[in-house]
Amino acid sequence: MPDTPLLELRGITKRFPGVLANDHVDLELVKGEVHALLGENGAGKSTLMNILYGLYHPDEGEIRLNGKPVRIGSPRDAIDLGIGMVHQHFMLIPVMTVAENIVLAVEPTSGPFLDLHAAEKRVQELSTQFGLAVRPDARVASISVGMQQRAEILKALYRGAEILILDEPTAVLTPQEAKELFAIIRSLQAEGKSIIFITHKLNEVLDIADRITVLRQGKQVDTVPREGATPEGLARLMVGRDVVLRVEKPEAQPGDVLLDVDNLEVRDERDLEAVRGVSFDVKAGEIVGIAGVDGNGQTELIDALTGLRRPSGGRISVGGKDVTTAGARESLDLGVGHIPEDRQVRGLVLDFTLAENLALHDFRKKPDSRWGCLFPKRIVQRAVRLLKEFDVRGGGPQTRAASLSGGNQQKVVVAREVSRDPRVLIAAQPTRGLDVGAIEFVHRRLVTERDEGRAILLVSFELEEILSLSDRILVLYEGRIVGEYPPGVSEEELGIAMTGGRRQAA
Amino acid sequence: MTAPIQPESSRDATSDVTAWFSTRIGGVLVPLAATVLAFLIGGLVVLITGHNPVTAYRAIFEGTGLNWFFPWVGGESREAAANDLQQTLILMTPLVLTGIAVAFAFRCGLFNIGGQGQYWVGFIAALYVGTHLDGFSRPVHLLVAILASIVAGSIWGGIAGILKATVGAHEVITTIMLNWIAIFGGMYLFEIGGPLQGPQPSIPRSAEIPDSVELWPIWGSLPSLHAGIFIALFALVVYYVLLNRTTLGYEVRAVGFNPEAARYGGISVAKNYFLALAISGAFAGLAGSVDVLGFKFAVSTGDFATNFIPFTGIAVALLGRNKPVGILFAALLFAALEVGTSTRQLDPEVFEPALAVDLATMIQALVIFFVGADLLILYLWRARRFVGLGRRVQPEPRP
Ligand SMILES: Nc1ncnc2c1ncn2[C@@H]1O[C@H](COP(=O)(O)OP(=O)(O)OP(=O)(O)O)[C@@H](O)[C@H]1O
Ligand SMILES: [Mg+2]
Repeated sequence: MPDTPLLELRGITKRFPGVLANDHVDLELVKGEVHALLGENGAGKSTLMNILYGLYHPDEGEIRLNGKPVRIGSPRDAIDLGIGMVHQHFMLIPVMTVAENIVLAVEPTSGPFLDLHAAEKRVQELSTQFGLAVRPDARVASISVGMQQRAEILKALYRGAEILILDEPTAVLTPQEAKELFAIIRSLQAEGKSIIFITHKLNEVLDIADRITVLRQGKQVDTVPREGATPEGLARLMVGRDVVLRVEKPEAQPGDVLLDVDNLEVRDERDLEAVRGVSFDVKAGEIVGIAGVDGNGQTELIDALTGLRRPSGGRISVGGKDVTTAGARESLDLGVGHIPEDRQVRGLVLDFTLAENLALHDFRKKPDSRWGCLFPKRIVQRAVRLLKEFDVRGGGPQTRAASLSGGNQQKVVVAREVSRDPRVLIAAQPTRGLDVGAIEFVHRRLVTERDEGRAILLVSFELEEILSLSDRILVLYEGRIVGEYPPGVSEEELGIAMTGGRRQAA
Repeated sequence: MTAPIQPESSRDATSDVTAWFSTRIGGVLVPLAATVLAFLIGGLVVLITGHNPVTAYRAIFEGTGLNWFFPWVGGESREAAANDLQQTLILMTPLVLTGIAVAFAFRCGLFNIGGQGQYWVGFIAALYVGTHLDGFSRPVHLLVAILASIVAGSIWGGIAGILKATVGAHEVITTIMLNWIAIFGGMYLFEIGGPLQGPQPSIPRSAEIPDSVELWPIWGSLPSLHAGIFIALFALVVYYVLLNRTTLGYEVRAVGFNPEAARYGGISVAKNYFLALAISGAFAGLAGSVDVLGFKFAVSTGDFATNFIPFTGIAVALLGRNKPVGILFAALLFAALEVGTSTRQLDPEVFEPALAVDLATMIQALVIFFVGADLLILYLWRARRFVGLGRRVQPEPRP
């Protein structure tokens, strides 16, 4: 590794109204390096990277590229300097093909016409060069999240990126997709590209990074080489205390059946069968985990259970009451809590304040309202309490949800759902985007809720999360439950079931 | 997590000031800048047509009657100013109401272009109650007429709402269709031989409402400013309370911002589309009744196609940022612009009235254009090295 840094950030400071997001942060990137950026939710990682990509302007500090100071006024400037960024929320246009998206704004032309053929060819070349298998002529809307991410990476490469920023790229990927992404990162590295990689998953950091920079509360705490780093050590650097990375929980004491699902069938948007006759139950005081690869009917199952989608067959009952055809409102009133898969699409009204978001389910009831009149003061009072209890940082009750960091947004959703004292809690990816400390907190909280007699259904793509929290594990494959396992099952065995292996054996 | 270390140290004085600034001033900055910019460009055009923009604007300003508020204006010019100001405020009244109508629908994510139709059905309903029912005392008669206009307007808006909620018909299309139904329906009612034509057989005009259902005149005489202005101000309060202090308003706003999240919160999106359009229509219908009960008293078939108050309501809502105070000032601005440039007010020596009317329309259009292009304004602002003030410039893609 050569010594002259390719990129230097010096004393970067960025203030937002009421928040010091970056406080004199230094960061160095050498050519061909994979540099991981770690830090708690709201530590300022995304902000720092958005500054590097020209989306924000630092209040202080300078950026040097190859030793020369540069001004990055806009993403355009960043691209011209060879800096590419893949945001966690992809910026692709769904109705266009992968190739069209990639060449957008830098289209190859023949005469006055768009030369799509040349574009597809170039995309194809890049994708073979870096092992980024993706079909250039496929429509973005019809490909998986993992593929979309590859399209985003290709887009950056197509524009000549030498430095690639990946903001929490694995948060949306299945473990298999994450492995593939790592292979891609290694081949990029082999081609001399430099990569900044944001993640909350410590094992990933130890797997792929050459050096690791840790931010805490906007300040750079340390930069360490991978050699000698341990998950515990990194967690301590991030959070400033020891973090328990394993969940410790007492034996479950299951009680009455609270959620009973019988031969449930649900169709998806395209009217295809997504859930094909699923039966299971969840008892008071237990956590049932649903493992499976994304796209095997999880979304449709969750929607049906929470009244957001009407099943095409079968029966659902909550606490003995038939709710098969109940709407979202009834389902809420019956005490079904729901941490939705995607906090931005569904979980939050980003333009509402945190207080308003925390009232999303209860605003119709006392004490939030009476006879249709809202009592904002009470809503704010409760918000103050919840924000403190769930340690949401970066804003108060009157802050707009949109200005919170991703992980803190997730905490708001979790706070709302857990604090309603639901009888049944459907938790879909409850810790997506959370830092280790917050994950520890949410996991502990879920166990506490379990022990208070709630029935918890956990849907997660993270095998580790499923294995450490669940009292029973169900595997969903192609809309069917293909097996039930005790928590002690090995990851391998689950993995085989999740890809349909078990069914063939049976 | 368990030991929350609130980043106290990271809260510093500078950022608190910017926080205050951006929440308090940020929303005002853009509309204000849009208005100033529109007037500057308007002035440029005045210059090109060979007039002095300063004297032209001054004449227009004096035509609005707003100089009445200057204590040093006295004597005859004070009286003239009072007259002009009455006209401005008369016009402001329905603009506030149609502005609220548009704003309310906006907050639910809907674009109600049907203000015109809703205004007219409200107008006709109040006129009908005023001319065809009697035996009430004045307050009761007024109340019945106003209620009739509210009901009529909300039905007109509600039809578009039902269509949106049930079959998903786009409100822009349906409200425009309903506008034409109201306009042609109105023309039919009052044309010669029409069912509601007034006492003069050769004139396509309605009967006049009797004095006993007129809104109380409160200031001046030509025509006088009427009590409708209090209705408009009260409506602003109702608008604010409805939106921010009721569960209905909460639902409407949630649906407007993120229908998917609203649905997840147990809110019926379809129901709120219906309610929002019906309530929006009620405000527009109310605008019709204050006009007829306050200073128009009757309607001719020719009036139907030439009334632009409901359309200006769209501009009012846009410039006012759907905020009550914003709507009030935007309505005042547009009303003043209209009155100040009207033929009656302007000295042809200073600026030809024909040009002035065009100038008013142009400024209106520019204001809307710049408000819509608020990113552009912020960009200009930033270019002036006011980095960090105002709102966020680029929405950060959130993980
Ligand atoms: N546009 C904004 N307006 C106001 N405050 C903001 C804005 N963007 C970020 N912040 C604040 O700046 C701080 C840092 O946020 P940032 O998004 O950089 O965190 P992060 O390290 O990426 O966290 P996470 O792991 O949760 O994604 C947070 O306190 C956040 O609330
Ligand atoms: Mg982030």
